[in-house]
Amino acid sequence: MQKLQDIDIRVEAPVDQLAQHGNAVPVLHEILHALRRLGETEESTTIDLRSIPFGPGDEELLLDVLGRGEVAVKLETLGASEIYETAYAGVWIVDHRNTEGERIALQIEITRVPEILLTQLADLTDSISRLENRLRTPDGVASQSNPMSGRRRDG
Amino acid sequence: MADSKTEPKTLGESLRQQGVSRRGFLKFCTATASMMALPPAMVPAIAEALEKARRPSVIWLSFQECTGCTESLTRAHAPTIENLIFDHISLDYHHTLQAAAGEGAEAAREAAMHENHGKYIVVVDGSIPLKDPGFSTIAGISNLDMLKETVAGAAAVIAVGSCAAFGGLPHASPNPTGAVSVSEIIKDKPVVNVSGCPPIPTVITGVLAHFLTFGGLPELDDLGRPKVFYGQSIHDRCYRRPFYDKGLFAETFDDEGARKGWCLYRMGCKGPMTYNACATTKWNQGTSWPVESGHGCLGCSEPNFWDGGGFYNAISIPDGDIARNVGLGAVAGVAVGAAAGMLNRNAKADAVARHETVTVDDLEKTS
Repeated sequence: MQKLQDIDIRVEAPVDQLAQHGNAVPVLHEILHALRRLGETEESTTIDLRSIPFGPGDEELLLDVLGRGEVAVKLETLGASEIYETAYAGVWIVDHRNTEGERIALQIEITRVPEILLTQLADLTDSISRLENRLRTPDGVASQSNPMSGRRRDG
Repeated sequence: MADSKTEPKTLGESLRQQGVSRRGFLKFCTATASMMALPPAMVPAIAEALEKARRPSVIWLSFQECTGCTESLTRAHAPTIENLIFDHISLDYHHTLQAAAGEGAEAAREAAMHENHGKYIVVVDGSIPLKDPGFSTIAGISNLDMLKETVAGAAAVIAVGSCAAFGGLPHASPNPTGAVSVSEIIKDKPVVNVSGCPPIPTVITGVLAHFLTFGGLPELDDLGRPKVFYGQSIHDRCYRRPFYDKGLFAETFDDEGARKGWCLYRMGCKGPMTYNACATTKWNQGTSWPVESGHGCLGCSEPNFWDGGGFYNAISIPDGDIARNVGLGAVAGVAVGAAAGMLNRNAKADAVARHETVTVDDLEKTS
């Protein structure tokens, strides 16, 4: 059965004519101010786009203006997430999806690296433990040729 | 169903046991913060709280209702309902979703009440008939008796949908069943009204998630609704608001204004007097909402919206000088918007008193 997100949503006007609702421009100004703060004080900012009253085309215009930059990361945990730096260094799009592929959060992070990309301490501790166990087990290395098969189930 | 013999795991323990990484947990917390309409800066606090959270028992009672609220909830997407039910809450009784029936179902309700006394949540959808208990019964128990009995040991009650929150459609004039809301009966427990016909699914789950996360209820407005979702009017959060401020209105569903997406105020939009999260949270996984689809807000999250006059007639346009009001709106939109909201509330109260009914003429009315 076709899912809702599979239906191609038709935007009624070309992107360059979608500024009429005017809700993307204030967000872009907010991003500019956040970038300045990041540069001056290292303070990071996150903007949750769910709380913004966007009209048709506003989100498309915003993402079109921000563009795509040099880094794109696919995160596979509890569903797929796409995280990429926009054409403006320090401005990241964090697009979280659930296991059904449905969007559960769309945020703009103005930071050097989004927190979720950093290796978390709990995961680091778990990694040490698992690798230690594997090396301690006779034939532990040889028993599983695919190193990814020993990874915990995340999604 | 909850296992009463062992101490339930915390959410953090449960997720770790399922192999979810800390990174995955942070993603879950981010989605939860967004769903609860809390600022992203709250994610670390939410993570700390959810790490220690234990699954609350939830008993869901359905009275005079249409199942639309459950239909809405089961289409919630953040997090998925399956996760919500099986991982994050223990839904111990729900007519529509549970497999058990008859005596087995009632035994599950009584067991959940006994085992979680003082700690469980009661969710109610539907209004309660007071005129004759026979209008709506479950297992031979009147809705009134079941509500009182079940709520007696509850920590809090969540009235889901406008029927449970305000009486809704059954309460509409002439109210043949004597329908009342939950809060008209329950006076000794906290009652949260999650109004809407139906409520936005993520608002329902957001309130449950708030209880799961913080072990308490969110701040409420004067109608008992969570302020994070009902704190601002549809009008003030509407993306078409700039057109209102400029005095640009659609007059019919197929005129130039409608095609250009202008304000629907003059077509009966109840946005100025309606408080809900539709304008930002939207529906169908954030795809759209009524105004974005070209239809005015019906005001379904407000008390007595069924009796507020025709959805399409001039109820939302004050009897006074609308042109003057709109002209002022161009220079003082917020103030006039608020004033219009007050005028609309008065007009609505008049309509309720007169009990205006919707006719075909209303539907075809052009201004």
